[in-house]
Amino acid sequence: MLERLARGEQTVGELAAPHRMSLAAASKHIRTLEKAGLVRRTVRGRIHYCRIDPRPLERADDWLRAYERLWDTRIERLAKLLRHPDNEPSPSE
Amino acid sequence: MPTTSTQSPSSTDRIVKHVELEAPRSRVWRALTDYRQFNQWFGVALTTPFAPGAAVSGNMSSPKYSHLTLTIWIETMEPERFFSFRWHPYAIEEGVDYSAEPTTLVTFTLEDAGAGTQLTIVESGFDAIPESRRAKAFSMNERGWAGQAENIRKFLSA
Repeated sequence: MLERLARGEQTVGELAAPHRMSLAAASKHIRTLEKAGLVRRTVRGRIHYCRIDPRPLERADDWLRAYERLWDTRIERLAKLLRHPDNEPSPSE
Repeated sequence: MPTTSTQSPSSTDRIVKHVELEAPRSRVWRALTDYRQFNQWFGVALTTPFAPGAAVSGNMSSPKYSHLTLTIWIETMEPERFFSFRWHPYAIEEGVDYSAEPTTLVTFTLEDAGAGTQLTIVESGFDAIPESRRAKAFSMNERGWAGQAENIRKFLSA
């Protein structure tokens, strides 16, 4: 769905069609994407139009930075481990 | 305290960390490649020794993720100089099969720095990770990471 939306604005019906989904099921799926902040929906008349909200995707780089913080934590632990050589397990297990 | 730095923030394919450690390369090498020591700082409970070509698995130690199994595929072990493995980064969603996805490569390079060791950690290959998963992982972040950060803080202050 996100791939299709990347090409431009789509109606709920257009999004549902290739997945052989009911409109209700598609609408539910879109609601999940809306909650995740990935999709925005506007209603004009009776038609619901969906477009991608580019902001979270722009923040994909932020994802990497958040992930990177895991490494910072691990590195801190590694440094801590090395500061205490006596906690090295004996070579024979 | 160790100093860490990152590459320019525009790089989306890799994470680069430099750290100066107050221990000789031989000691750092053991901390990186003895699986029991690796477990301690990495936060995992891998169950078998590392060897080139080996797939090593174990559960995560963090209480929040202890139901998840982590697998790393050891690639290169050049004693006291270079160590690398592959894995699926951030593969923390229950019931998702990540096996079809590309892996990232994690490398550790050890160099002398005075009496200590300069360690460079590089994880690369993020550009090949599906964009949809990144977006999803990111939205998960917002819900899940506050809790994870709390776990880590508790661990460190224990």
